This record gives sequence, structure tokens and C-alpha cells, in this order.
Amino acid sequence: MDFFLDLLVGGLTKGSIYALIALGYTMVYGIIAVINFAHGEIYMISAFTALIFGSILSSVGLAGWGLLFAVIAVSALYAAMYGWTVEKIAYKPLRGSSRLAPLISAIGMSLFLQNFVLLAQTPNYLPFPALVPDVPFPAILTRHASDTQIVIILVTAASMALLTLFIKKTRMGTAMRAVSQDLEMARLSGVDTDKIISFTFITGSVLAAVGGVLIGCGMRQIDFYIGFLAGMKAFTAAVLGGIGSVPGAVIGALILGFAESFAAGYISSSYEDVVAFAFLILILIFKPDGVMGAATTHKV
Amino acid sequence: MPEKDGKDPTGAPLRRPREKGRGKKILLSILRPLKAGLWLSLVAFPLVTFKFEAETRQAHFLPERIPLLLLICFGAAVAFDGLGWLKKAFGPGKRAGGILESPPEGLNRPRLSWVNRLLKSRFFKPASGVLLIFLAVLPFISSPYGVNVYITALIYITLGLGLNIVVGVSGLLNLGYVAFYAVGAYTYAILNAQFGLSFWVCLPLGALSATLLGFILGLPLLRVSGDYLAIVTLGFGEITRLVLTNIAITNGPRGIANIPPPSLFGFDLNQSVKPFLLKLGLIHSRTDLDKVLIYLIILMAAILTVAAVHRLENSRLGRAWLALREDETACQAVGVNRAGAKLTAFTLGSTWAGLAGVVFASQISFINPQSFTFMQSVMILSIVVLGGMGSIPGVVCGAVILILLPEYLRFFADYRMLLFGLLMVVMMVFRPEGLIKSARYQHIYRAPKAGEGDPSDSASGK
Amino acid sequence: MTPRAESKHPEIGAGAAPAGAAETAGAFGLDADPILFSDSLRMDFGGLTALDQVSLTVERGSITALIGPNGAGKTTFFNCVTGIYKPGSGSIFFLPEKEKRISLGGLRPHKAAQLGIGRTFQNIRLFNTLTVLENVLIGCHARMRAGLWGALFRDRKTMEEERRMTDLSYAILERYGLQARVNDPAGSLPYGEQRRLEIARALASGPSLLLLDEPAAGLNNQETLELADLIRHIRRDEKLSVLLIEHDMSLVMNVSERINVLDYGRLIASGTPEEIRKNPDVVRAYLGEDADDLG
Repeated sequence: MDFFLDLLVGGLTKGSIYALIALGYTMVYGIIAVINFAHGEIYMISAFTALIFGSILSSVGLAGWGLLFAVIAVSALYAAMYGWTVEKIAYKPLRGSSRLAPLISAIGMSLFLQNFVLLAQTPNYLPFPALVPDVPFPAILTRHASDTQIVIILVTAASMALLTLFIKKTRMGTAMRAVSQDLEMARLSGVDTDKIISFTFITGSVLAAVGGVLIGCGMRQIDFYIGFLAGMKAFTAAVLGGIGSVPGAVIGALILGFAESFAAGYISSSYEDVVAFAFLILILIFKPDGVMGAATTHKV
Repeated sequence: MPEKDGKDPTGAPLRRPREKGRGKKILLSILRPLKAGLWLSLVAFPLVTFKFEAETRQAHFLPERIPLLLLICFGAAVAFDGLGWLKKAFGPGKRAGGILESPPEGLNRPRLSWVNRLLKSRFFKPASGVLLIFLAVLPFISSPYGVNVYITALIYITLGLGLNIVVGVSGLLNLGYVAFYAVGAYTYAILNAQFGLSFWVCLPLGALSATLLGFILGLPLLRVSGDYLAIVTLGFGEITRLVLTNIAITNGPRGIANIPPPSLFGFDLNQSVKPFLLKLGLIHSRTDLDKVLIYLIILMAAILTVAAVHRLENSRLGRAWLALREDETACQAVGVNRAGAKLTAFTLGSTWAGLAGVVFASQISFINPQSFTFMQSVMILSIVVLGGMGSIPGVVCGAVILILLPEYLRFFADYRMLLFGLLMVVMMVFRPEGLIKSARYQHIYRAPKAGEGDPSDSASGK
Repeated sequence: MTPRAESKHPEIGAGAAPAGAAETAGAFGLDADPILFSDSLRMDFGGLTALDQVSLTVERGSITALIGPNGAGKTTFFNCVTGIYKPGSGSIFFLPEKEKRISLGGLRPHKAAQLGIGRTFQNIRLFNTLTVLENVLIGCHARMRAGLWGALFRDRKTMEEERRMTDLSYAILERYGLQARVNDPAGSLPYGEQRRLEIARALASGPSLLLLDEPAAGLNNQETLELADLIRHIRRDEKLSVLLIEHDMSLVMNVSERINVLDYGRLIASGTPEEIRKNPDVVRAYLGEDADDLG
């Protein structure tokens, strides 16, 4: 039972991170129907930015919660800048072209960012500092979860809540929903669709940045390649939940997190990624509309 | 950067009232790349000028990187702007559409593309004969290192042409192509190690097993299309690699060593044939005849592939693939079996990867799962993208450029993958049809003479 | 050709027609010779009923129109006939010959095309980067036999077939005034020619039933008049039946012998242009500015 609970918490933590990334995929796909391959790299870059600014900010005297939130804020800012720039360079000029072009451009962008970090930083793993301060959580919680895991889950939950509020309550959120329903229609009714698309990339990148900082704290080491795998898995989660659906992405991410955690715990950890990819393939082939999305007949 | 809507890449709307003079316009067109360069520098700044050291666990400031950063960022911004201008001035917007762009409106009189003109010219046959002789002689006059590089280039030509069937002709983005390459290589390695089968037996078997795997993996792919197909194939590729790493017969991550080169009628070339040829003064003493043989085999394979792909493209089957690429719904409405076309394209494309895999294994004599990563798939894809989707001369040129250039410009070696990534983005944005646009079959009409029943004559591009 | 049996709707895939369908067919009397008829066809998308108990008939050799306001289910009907959608319930039968009845429910799209149902699309769907000739050659796909072997080895039979089909395609293009365009990329053609090319491509497969989805959309008055002539020519020269979706009432009234009116997925009227013009239900469905079009 203890082992089971450990795995459960592990899965929940993993799922939370996947959820933060999956939201970026699902929102971008919902709006421009492009798999933003570079999204995983934004997450990776955020982790590196966090590492660097964590070091700089702690040397000027920040510590504890202040340090953690300052690092998240700076990483989010930079992630937003990267996300926005990526959209402008690699996707915007391709609007209205064939379906292959943005996909290839996205793969190219992902490769570029990966190697940019590899060259500018290092091809090796880097140790990530413990940014999460000690918290006196009640013992019932800390029996199976570390402080960091609890913080990851809580921060994720808070981010989700904020995002939901943002989408449901603000003008921008309403416009985003309108654009994802029907981009052409939204444009005709006076929505600045370019602005909305940029903003979607920014929102997704900010969430990925939160995920990037948290995964650094959780795994305690990062390298330039973490974005690829996490990106793939988060995309799986987004599809599993029904791509384009925000709550779906969260549910999909949690399912994937649990599946992976239990597979690693009860089968073999060397097959963890095989399980993830098998999941990915099976979902895309047999459940491309996701568990939440209703089966749709594509219009001709 | 190509901006049409009055916004510069930094997003700040440029107020550009129509009444403003020409001077202002020029000033803005200078300012735009500068602003973009500044923005790019700002974005890249922390990751470039600070380096986190694992030993000290500190980020170190590297001011010496700043000039380079500025140079690259401003250079890139100016280059993007320049490319955008070039595209506007000479781009395909003025001509007929490529695969990847929406068609232009209005009338247009296409001329024969230069590829077609070249193929039709009376110099084509003698010139290709001379080229063929040169290619056949090349390994004898090159260094062993050179021969190795040429073999690699030819392997990638074959791979590129195979992937071209799937991606370029049929429009199915296969991101796991390397899996079939791996299957070919491992087929030879395992069959040779376990049963002592020779290269010549394994060559068709490797191609066949890749074809078989392509067929089996192709079946579930019939259910997905577009972006999902890309991800599913990527997953297949990764799973193949992970399986190769984790099972016993492939010797796991350690790989399989001592894969023999091909033999010719049972002779060991370097032992028995080489002294004889040396005596005749036909070869250089450094020449490795095993490699020369591999070179000649893969040269033949590449030439046969070019011919096969050309014939396929201009056949009923190839046209069905093209139709599938152009419009999945419309192709069914004219009677093309979508599932069949998808499956044949995916399966046949895999065949060439298997073939190339066997040759690759015999070339380097040692393979492990690390030779078959996602990056390999991406590299083959870049060849097709750079050369031109669906264009045979394009893919050949793409392979030659992407394989030979990094070999000779050592500077590129470290930046190779970075530049591949950049290349894919730049090609998609500025020249989606690739370096050499695919030239379509041209029908030549011959006015029927009196009494002649045949109203038209078709001439293929060959 | 045996229709593919559908596990979910065995009664559709079965060789024998359901009783209701037989009655419908019988209702036309002895001289009735339909090439296509649907019986109680129903199609739902989520909660939306796009087609509701639609039973309509296309007489062999006729030009029949299918009209109705936007969203009435006209294109959905086409998509059910051509196998792009699988009908929720009801049946569609295609009779390429008088005694040969084939159920179309759930047949895959290329099978429907191979049986002899050609179609065009509302928003023109050509193979844009391929040449005009290649578009028509792909239209001949179902008539050709060459496979992988023929493609790779170019045996005499294959080359003979290629040549025959190239000539046939060229002849079709010539007949529809596109011979000067054979080598142009289809996407570069002006709008009117693209429409004609799409029809030519559909004809290349040698259909016995041609479905035209709003062929006059985007054409001017002159071009629409020419289109009416073209449709009559096609029917006569190619000896086929035409089912036409169209908004342009002048064209519909001009060419069609029978008109079927859909409204909110229901067939509200069916008859000759004269009867339709007088039908109060139709006028009501077309209330407002469109009502004038009927007059």
C-alpha cells in the first residue's frame, strides 16, 4: 500500500508537469491547428533560464519563497518572449500554406532551440538547485510526498485555476475561445486574430515555464534534451484529453502521469518510455478524439 | 522577416500612413531589421552570455560572447529581411504553386522548368554518360576517407529518395523513417552473426524485412492522417530504438561489431585482387577495395532508385500518391483507394531504407542503437525539404549538400544540427518548394496530320 | 461487385433490399427506371439532424436538381451517396444498370467512384500543383489496371494503357475547351476553367451518374448560361444522369427535369420545375428575397 501511494503521488506530480505543458499544445492546436513542436523546448529553455537566474538572484541575496517566485517570474517572462518570437518566425509566415509546412517548420524550430541550448550551455546534465524552501506541511501529507512534490501539485493547481478564470472571465479569454471556435468568423467579427494567436503562444509558454522551473526542482537535474520527451508526452496527454480542450488536457496529463508511474513501478523502469510511446501511438490511432471530446465527423 | 501587415517582427505596429514619403519608407525598412536584431539579442541574451558551470554551481558571466551574439542576431535579422525581400521579388508567388503553397490566382503560362529542359536537351545523354563514368572512376582516385564520405552521401541519397516517396510524393510526414534503416542494418548484422549469411543474401532480405515492417506499421497508420501521422511515426521510430536497446539478440546498447564487408564471388578483395591491380598500376596503394566495392554497390543502388522513383512518379500508382498528397477527399472521389495508396507509399518507402541500412552496416562494420536516433530521421527529412519535396534532382542535391558540406567545412560540424533546424524553418518560410522544384510530366501535343488516327503523342520527362 | 457488409447495419449491406425500399421503387410503376434512390435516409451530427427521412429518386438519364436553403443537408446527401459519410439509417441504392441494384450505405468513397458515381465539390477541389492533364489522368484511375510491376518495368501492356488513357484525357480536355491548358498547374487556372476541369476530371472515370455540387457558384451570368449548355451536353454526349445541387434558380429551372427541395434535412417537395414553382411549402422555405428567384 505504501508503495502504491508513493507511485500515486509520483504519478500526480508527473501528471501535473505534463498538464502544464499539455495546455500549451492544446491551446495552440485549438487555435491554429498546428502541433507546436517547439513547445517542449520552451519548457526546457525555461528550466535553463531558471537555473541561470536562480544563481544570479541568489547571489544578490534573494532566498526562500522570494527566490522561487522571482525565478518563476523571470523564466515566465523569457518563455513568453521565446514563445512569441517562435510564432512570429516559424508559424506566422506559413499561415494559409499546406498542412505539412508548419509541421516541418515546427520540427526545425525545435531542433534549432535544442541545439542552441546545447551549444550555448552544455551537452551534459546540470544540477538544479533546491529552490523550494522547507514547508511545515502536516505529516499526513509528507508521509508519501516530498515538500517539492506537494509544492509542484499546489502550484500546478493554482496555475490551472488562474488559467480557467482567465479564459472564462476576461475579454482576451473570450476572444481566445472565439478564435478557437472559428478563426475566420472571429476575424470577421472584428477580433484581431493575430494578436490572439500571439497571446495564445505567450500563455502557453508561461505555463510551460512554470512547468520547467518545477520539473527542475523535482528532478534536480536538467539537460537540453528534456524538452523533447516531455513535449511528446504532454502532446499525448493533450490528445488523450481531446485536443483543444483545456480541462481535457489536464485529465489526459494526469492519466498519462499515473500510467507511467505505475508502469515504471510495477513493470520495469527501463520500459517507462516505451510505455509512454506505446500509449501515444495507441491513443492517436484508436482515440484521436480523446476521452473528453465527442467523436466528430470531419466536414468536407 | 516577411511581414505584410505593417507589423515588424518585434510586434510593435509600425505606423505607416500611406501619405508618408519614400524616405520614411526606406528609413523604416532599415529600422525594421535593426529592431528585430535588437529583440533577438535580448531574447538570446541570458542563455548566451551566462553559462552555468556544474562544478561551481554558479552562472558565470561571459562578456566575450556579447559581440558574437550581437553579430549573429543582427545578421540573422538582416538575412531574414533580405530573404523576405527576395521572396517577394522573385518568389513563387509570381509563378505556379509548389507543393507547399496555396495556388496563386490568375492566369499563368508555365514554361518548361529548367529541369525538364535539361532532361530534354540533346546534351543530356552524353553528359550523363560522362558523369556516370566519372562517378565509377571516382573511388579509385580518391582517398579512403573520401570514398567513405561518398558512400555516406550515396546512402543518404537513397534514403532521401525513399523518404521522398512517403513525404514528398504522398505527403505523409514520416518522422520514424530511421526505424526501417535500422531494421535493414540489424537484419544484416544479426543474420550474419547468427547464421553467417553473406551480404548478397542479406541485401534483399534487409530490404524485404524493412518492407514487411513498413507494411505492418502502415496498417494502423491508415486510421490517422496529417499531424497525428507524424507523431505516430515518430513514436514508432523511438519504440524501435528502445526495443533495439533492450533486447538480447541485438546485443542491447553495446551493438553488434565485426560486420563483414561484401565479398565478390568469394574473393577477399584486399588480399587477393588488390596486389594484382596494383601491379597493373590501376589503383593507388592506399585504396581500400572493400570500400570501393561498397561504393559501387550503393552507386548502383542509388541510380536504380532514381530510375525507379522516376518511373513510379509518372505511373498510375504514383499519380494516386500525388492525388493523396494534394487532396485526400478528392482523390477518393475519383476512385483512388486512399488506404491502398497510403499503405503502398509507406511500405515501398521503407524498402529503400532497409536496403540503405544493409549497405550502411557493411560500411561501418559496427552498429548500435545510437546510430538510429530521431535525429537521423530529421536529417533525412532535411535532405528532402532542402532539395525539394517530390523532386528527384532536388533530393539528390540536398543529400550531396547536407552530407558533403559538413565534411569539408569542419566549422559546420558542431553547428550541424543547429543549422539543420534553422534550414528547415527558413526553407518552409522562404522556399517551401525546395532548391529544385519538382518538375511535372509535360504532355507534348502533336497536331494530328490528315489520315493519322493518333491525335496526341505523350512524351515523358525522361 | 458485392457491397461491403456493415456489421452495424446488416440490413443496408445485405444484397436484398429492405421491404420499404422495394415499395418505394415499386411506387414508380412499371416504367420507372431510377439510377439512384434513397429511402428514409437519416444522418445525424451530434445533436443535429442533417438529413431526416429523405427518400428521393434520380431517374436514369435525367437532370435532377436538389435545392434548398443553406444548411438544408444537400451536400450531406452527396456525401452519403459518395461514401464520405455513413448514413445513420435508411438506405441508398445505385442502379448502374436497370437490373443491377447496389446498396451504397457505408460503401467506401473510392468504391462508389469505381461503381460509376462521379462528383464535383462545392469549394473546388483540384490537385492544384499537378498539371491539368494529370488531374484528368488521375480521374482515369479507376479505369486503369497497372500496378507496381507495371510502374517499375513499363511493360508493353502498361505503356499501351498509359498511352490510351493519355489520349482519352486529352480528348476530354479538348471537348471541354481546356486543351491549351494541359501542362498548366491546375491551381493556376482561372475560376471558371477550374470548375470545368473538375467536371472533366469527374467524367474521366466514365461515370453513369454525375453529382455536381453548386457548379455555378462564383460564375457570372454569361458563364452560368454556358454551364447550362455544358450540363445538357454532358448528359447527351456521355449518356449519363446528373444530380445537381444549386442555389442559382435560373440554372436549376433552366436545365433540370425534376427538382427536389430540402429544408432542415427534410424533403419538402419533389416535382417538375413547374410544380416546384407553385408549391406553397417551397415558397415558404424560400421566404424573403429568395422567393423571387422562384418566380
